[in-house]
Amino acid sequence: MTLIERLITIGMVILGTVATRLLPFLVFPADKPTPKYIQYLGKKLPSAALGLLVIYCFKDVRLFIGTHGIPELISVAMIIALHIWKRQMLISIAGGTIIYMLLVQFVFLPN
Amino acid sequence: MYRLMKFNEVLKLNEKTKAFKAAFPHTAPILAGFVFLGIAYGIYMNTAGFSAAYPIVMSATIFAGSMEFVAVNLLLGAFDPMRALALTLMVNARHLFYGISMLDKYKGTGSKKYYLIFGMCDESFSINCTTDIPMNVDKGWFMFFVTLLNHSYWVCGATIGGILGSVVQFNTKGLGFVMTALFVVIFLAQWMKENTHDSALLGLGVSLLCLILFGGRNFIIPAMIIILACLTLLKNPLEKAGTSVGP
Repeated sequence: MTLIERLITIGMVILGTVATRLLPFLVFPADKPTPKYIQYLGKKLPSAALGLLVIYCFKDVRLFIGTHGIPELISVAMIIALHIWKRQMLISIAGGTIIYMLLVQFVFLPN
Repeated sequence: MYRLMKFNEVLKLNEKTKAFKAAFPHTAPILAGFVFLGIAYGIYMNTAGFSAAYPIVMSATIFAGSMEFVAVNLLLGAFDPMRALALTLMVNARHLFYGISMLDKYKGTGSKKYYLIFGMCDESFSINCTTDIPMNVDKGWFMFFVTLLNHSYWVCGATIGGILGSVVQFNTKGLGFVMTALFVVIFLAQWMKENTHDSALLGLGVSLLCLILFGGRNFIIPAMIIILACLTLLKNPLEKAGTSVGP
């Protein structure tokens, strides 16, 4: 690819990303009343979108090969337990990440 | 008049400082995650044969992590701009959900709104969508600083990685899990705040089902369509359930 072709490719990726972020705001401008149905979605979607995002994080986990997603499962269980116990975001996040790093670096070694 | 203006300026400055101080702690896990992932991205670009200018410019202008990794492959392949656009729209389609969720929250944030929309990555969305911003903190500036801090962490990481190349030697394997941990905790916190868990369960269940059925590369769009269909079909019962127990 030439430099111009590369710049055009990067430009298309920028355009696509901005489009997905901007589209709802273009379709439903702030100065006009948002349709009732969209207001309802605006209330219900955040939790559903966060659920989608959590699953999205695990999209590359393979259940039938490698570590079978066991380190991920243990670490998520740890995060949930820590969060119910302490209710401190940073403790839950740091705890879960450290457990995961220890698991993939020392316990579940690639064979 | 001069003193009054000065007073107003001080107030505005205080407003920004306050918002910055309130925003920073929420972005701390992202500082760790983005700097690490950004370094990984910069190194990846470096080993693919691109100068540091590429990860720096791309991290600043695209600001969508997973898509930037995909873009490296696009740049290495044959020139096909329409395919690049189509692929980006698919990978980033989940942002449409974020936009609809934030229509109300971004109202009244003035010209900051354009930057908030540009910088609405997964992490900024989840923080801005779920945080209860203190009454005495300006919500527009709070969301602005959350977005700006996340953006700068990502660019810093990509710059370090792009310049240092493969110099980094310590064992960071698994550190990227910090982002997963962040989303799990945000999901949990949101769960604990809610009276009803219908849409949280719907998002989790439908997405998991679609991941099993369609695989990691193709599950997002069917998941979004099914979530929208379910929410539409269940509109009346869900709205009733929401009002009877709601505050």
